[in-house]
Amino acid sequence: MNRDRSSRRLPVIMTLILGLMLTIMPLPDAAGPFRPDWLALLIIFWTMQLPRTWSVGTAWVIGIILDVSQGTLLGQHALALAIIAFTTVRFHLLMRVFPQLQLTATVFAMLALYQFLLFWINGVASVDAPAVAYWGPVITGTLVWPILYIFLSGVRYRTRSGG
Amino acid sequence: MVSSRENSSNPARIPALGLRVLVLIIVSILLMYIDNRENHLDAVRKSIGAAVYPVRVVVDAPVRFWSWLGESTTSRNDMELELGRLRAEKLLTNARLQRFTALEAENARLRALLDARARVRDQVRVAEIMSVDANPYDHSLVINVGSQDGAFDGQALVDAEGVVGQVIETGLMTSQAMLISDSDHALPVEVNRNGLRTIVVGTGEIDRLDLPFVVNNADIRAGDLLVTSGLGGAFPSGYPVAVVETVTRLPQEPYASVTARPAASLGQVREVMLIWSKPLAENVPDDEDVPDE
Repeated sequence: MNRDRSSRRLPVIMTLILGLMLTIMPLPDAAGPFRPDWLALLIIFWTMQLPRTWSVGTAWVIGIILDVSQGTLLGQHALALAIIAFTTVRFHLLMRVFPQLQLTATVFAMLALYQFLLFWINGVASVDAPAVAYWGPVITGTLVWPILYIFLSGVRYRTRSGG
Repeated sequence: MVSSRENSSNPARIPALGLRVLVLIIVSILLMYIDNRENHLDAVRKSIGAAVYPVRVVVDAPVRFWSWLGESTTSRNDMELELGRLRAEKLLTNARLQRFTALEAENARLRALLDARARVRDQVRVAEIMSVDANPYDHSLVINVGSQDGAFDGQALVDAEGVVGQVIETGLMTSQAMLISDSDHALPVEVNRNGLRTIVVGTGEIDRLDLPFVVNNADIRAGDLLVTSGLGGAFPSGYPVAVVETVTRLPQEPYASVTARPAASLGQVREVMLIWSKPLAENVPDDEDVPDE
């Protein structure tokens, strides 16, 4: 049973590490603001699919790691990701039956909420940033979501049949 | 949390979810509050940073591999050209250095005459940049030198052309540095031509700096070189910072609007030098020893 569970968790952890890599990977200056919020997308997918294993706690821990690796205020991404995870868990049954278009629209709203939380915290802590740093990731994140969804579904079903 | 029924579409609520998220929100806000006010959380940051270090190394590996590949597959012809160029450059530098040695001796003599304290020599160490724009909200980079190599908060970072930025956070093996172009960064400088002191402020644009406190009748013009004045305490004096680009005098305003272009190529650096302006007693880096200007 225990082995079974850990073998089911491993792929998720692998995707999260991959997401962290994509997040801290150096990009050209012009492309920097358009880096999708990989970890937010991953959190949305996994909490939607497996809300009992991956929920607000995981999201919070990942947020703390993100804060440390990006040098932002400790707790900023943690708070935003925890709230995203909470929203996703609340609506996960609904989101599972959404058609892809509607789901993508929901993800867009979630990413906008995520960036708004970061923006709001930056505002309180008086951190200045160009506007593109906020709306850039929302747009690219929404665009990559359908592809990411197919990829992660593949990961999920493969592990379920394998585990 | 522990359940093997996670795949079933059981409509039952996740237990105590609201409570958990509430606790986490409060903890986050507390953390942010403490982090914003004081530096009590440095130890936490450092330990989590050490855990993320392997990921950074893996992320950096392809870039490193690519540059290694580029270096090891350069054609012989290119290498010879490069070698010739470097030889010529070395000759030139040596010639300049000779003059420099004489000047330094003369400077020391004059200073002795003036009874001034001889300036300390700066020690430098080359650091490699591990990732740029780690954080989209400000201009910062991560370098592969940390507190175990003697790096400290506020340490100056330069490249071959001029000042790049300063260390703002030291981890054990990596440090985070803020570029001079960050909009939170200000640096005391002087005009090399006449010693006019002012302050250079970052604009958030990588190739433009602002000089907000230059009075309208100040003697400053486009092309002037700005060097660090050393008055802020963090930076050693005499390193080039920027070249003045435009000077717009506004009669109705108390200050002229002056912009400058950074001397260092902030967007392209791969290696930077960390400066210890006071000789380190215990932890001297062994790379080089470059005298201050």
